[in-house]
Amino acid sequence: MGLRQIAFYGKGGIGKSTTSQNTLAALAELGRKILIVGCDPKADSTRLILHAKAQNSVLSLAAEAGSIEDLELEDVLKVGYRDIKCVESGGPEPGVGCAGRGVITSINFLEENGAYEGVDYVSYDVLGDVVCGGFAMPIRENKAQEIYIVMSGEMMALYAANNISRGILKYAANGTVRLGGLICNSRMTDKELDLSEAMAKKLGTQLIHFVPRDNVVQHAELRRMTVLEYDPECAQAEEYRKLAKKIDANGGKGTIPTPVSMDELEDMLMQFGILKPDDETIVGQARNKAVA
Amino acid sequence: MPQSADRILDHASLFNEPEYLELFARKHALENRVPPDKVQEQLDYTKSWEYREKNLARESLCINPAKACQPLGAMFATVGFAKTLAFNHGSQGCTAYFRSHLARHFKEPCAAVSTSMTEDAAVFGGMQNLIDGLSNAYTVYKPDMIVVSTTCIAEVIGDDLSAFIANAREKGSVPMDFPVAQAHTPSFVGSHINGYDAVIKGVFTYLWEGKTREPNERINIIPGFDGFAVGNNRELKRILNAFDIGYDIISDVSDQFDTPTDGTYRMFDGGTPLDTVRGAINAKATVSMQKYCTEKAGAFVAEKGQQYASFHYPLGLGATDEFLMKISDLTGKPIPDSLEKERGRLVDAMADSSAWLHGKSYSIFGDPDFVLGMTRFVMEMGGEPVHCLATNGNSEWAAEMKALLATSPYGARAQVWAGKDLWAMRSLLATEPSDYVIGSTYGKIFERDLGIPLIRLTFPIFDRHHHHRFPVWGYEGAIRVLVTILDKILDDLDRKTIKTGISFDMVR
Repeated sequence: MGLRQIAFYGKGGIGKSTTSQNTLAALAELGRKILIVGCDPKADSTRLILHAKAQNSVLSLAAEAGSIEDLELEDVLKVGYRDIKCVESGGPEPGVGCAGRGVITSINFLEENGAYEGVDYVSYDVLGDVVCGGFAMPIRENKAQEIYIVMSGEMMALYAANNISRGILKYAANGTVRLGGLICNSRMTDKELDLSEAMAKKLGTQLIHFVPRDNVVQHAELRRMTVLEYDPECAQAEEYRKLAKKIDANGGKGTIPTPVSMDELEDMLMQFGILKPDDETIVGQARNKAVA
Repeated sequence: MPQSADRILDHASLFNEPEYLELFARKHALENRVPPDKVQEQLDYTKSWEYREKNLARESLCINPAKACQPLGAMFATVGFAKTLAFNHGSQGCTAYFRSHLARHFKEPCAAVSTSMTEDAAVFGGMQNLIDGLSNAYTVYKPDMIVVSTTCIAEVIGDDLSAFIANAREKGSVPMDFPVAQAHTPSFVGSHINGYDAVIKGVFTYLWEGKTREPNERINIIPGFDGFAVGNNRELKRILNAFDIGYDIISDVSDQFDTPTDGTYRMFDGGTPLDTVRGAINAKATVSMQKYCTEKAGAFVAEKGQQYASFHYPLGLGATDEFLMKISDLTGKPIPDSLEKERGRLVDAMADSSAWLHGKSYSIFGDPDFVLGMTRFVMEMGGEPVHCLATNGNSEWAAEMKALLATSPYGARAQVWAGKDLWAMRSLLATEPSDYVIGSTYGKIFERDLGIPLIRLTFPIFDRHHHHRFPVWGYEGAIRVLVTILDKILDDLDRKTIKTGISFDMVR
């Protein structure tokens, strides 16, 4: 098979890194050779694979060495569970510099130094939302072919999914990037499955998998392990395997997303009772006025 | 008054008139400036070994780097293609700098356009600027090709050229099949030589898209970023014509930077025709005159199945020999008799002047390939390199430099400085001087500050005119380099002996 490049996007804290690492571990079980590229200044996209707190990132090592040209691939590339190769792009401290440019610098470095040779999958794990051009790097031409959006049945997660779809749409018209599907990482909210399916439909894509909530994920995470490694027999591991198989079979089947307007999104949330309709009669009224 | 409408003095003498000297003295007192002896004391300290060590340990500050940024090289490479417009995606100031930098050296205008990015483009992305810019540039200047390069601002915000250009086509800025090549050239990475490389590769990538290589016997020559391009490219053609082979110079700026004054303004002049570049995929081999200017373009042609050979700005005897032998090897044609004669003349000239050239010491700075080429020729002439410095040289360059120096006893005392700037060079020259400095106009400061004469042999040369019209490559070019160096040595000797009455000779 040719090199497949995929990316996981989603709202911060949604379980993107956990879901992606477990899924990729399951893909590795299927015999796929995998490279993970963490594109988050927090540099925590590979800890479950490497059993490490935080991997030394490309940018921190480049800063130490003086310049990116002084780095060698083996300095930044670590090998973890089932020979999954891991790289963290890293980035500046909060509040300074430009993390987006960091992503561009790192990906260029990896490409130029042959990190993509001999792997079946490159997976990008990208910070929260598409906040600037730099974080869109993985969805540019010749990079990720399919984007998977990790979400749950919460309002902000759905906003983020819609926003990310807008980012993909911008590049899809002239590039190869497509939306592979939504992955619902369950938060056990009301009507979560229905809502996720409705959202997928609105975005012109599929809910590729509904990952149920299970405490074993947390237990594994405390040990900095994926569920696949910590408890390969458990039901949750089986869920990730299902998701991995679906992604593996999903190559070339992505779609150009159809993001919706804010009003449309809010209407849908109201239908599911997540958002209450605004009472226009009280808008802008101070408390004393309203009482009188 | 020292001057009037009838008697205009040049600034050089005007400001030495008593009126001005007095005015300067009053200004000095008014501003309560540090007295000259204190300034001198500090200047002297900066020439000490103690300061040199501090200076060389400096990490977080660069002073007078001997390099320019990527888009400058991109623009230079771009205008070497026929009727091709350099289109810089960034703010106007960047583009103005590249244009003036090239114009100051070549004394020729250098046309280029900018997408005029401002604050709003930085926030919302530069796509609209690029769409409007392409439309305007295409409509107003009617080029045959546009090459888009980038600057810091476009790179930091992550503007995606491929997608933007595709969108611009869809919006009708330029026809769907109009050639628009692209190169990402962030100014904060690498130097002008990398920008040059990126454009050559970008133009190949665009014009060779979808083509299958049908090998023929032609040879591509990529000259690289070169301040002497006008003279050198013409000399290259003369040499290759003598071989009677099929060749194409890829990006030839020799006419663009040497347009005649005959009443017609030529925004575009000469350059490599686009059909020639399209056909260049079929060439048997590509020869790069400057390895560090074509690292990516070279790898790209090799991927296409061409032979690839590179040189280090071949100057002098051995380097020219190797270049000609490579051309002969690649084409199967013997080296022409006329060139063999030229070689003999060069050897003759070197022998004639060897008494004056032997044992002179030089410090050399400039682009990595130039410093390699120049150092080699200096050693051939019996000169001893002392400091060899390339701000845009990397560890690979330093290793190549050391290997070159080890080939000759003249190289024994030379030191190699990769990544160091010209302020570091000043410390080096102050503590371990050489007889001469070979470099660009920016070496002028060493002449004033340290009394070491500067020999101008590389870009940029802003304070002398027309040097770029004469070649430094080939045997004839080598004679010109020899004469340039020798003239400086003998002028210097005349100056030194002018008062002694010992050897102010008519014959040298």
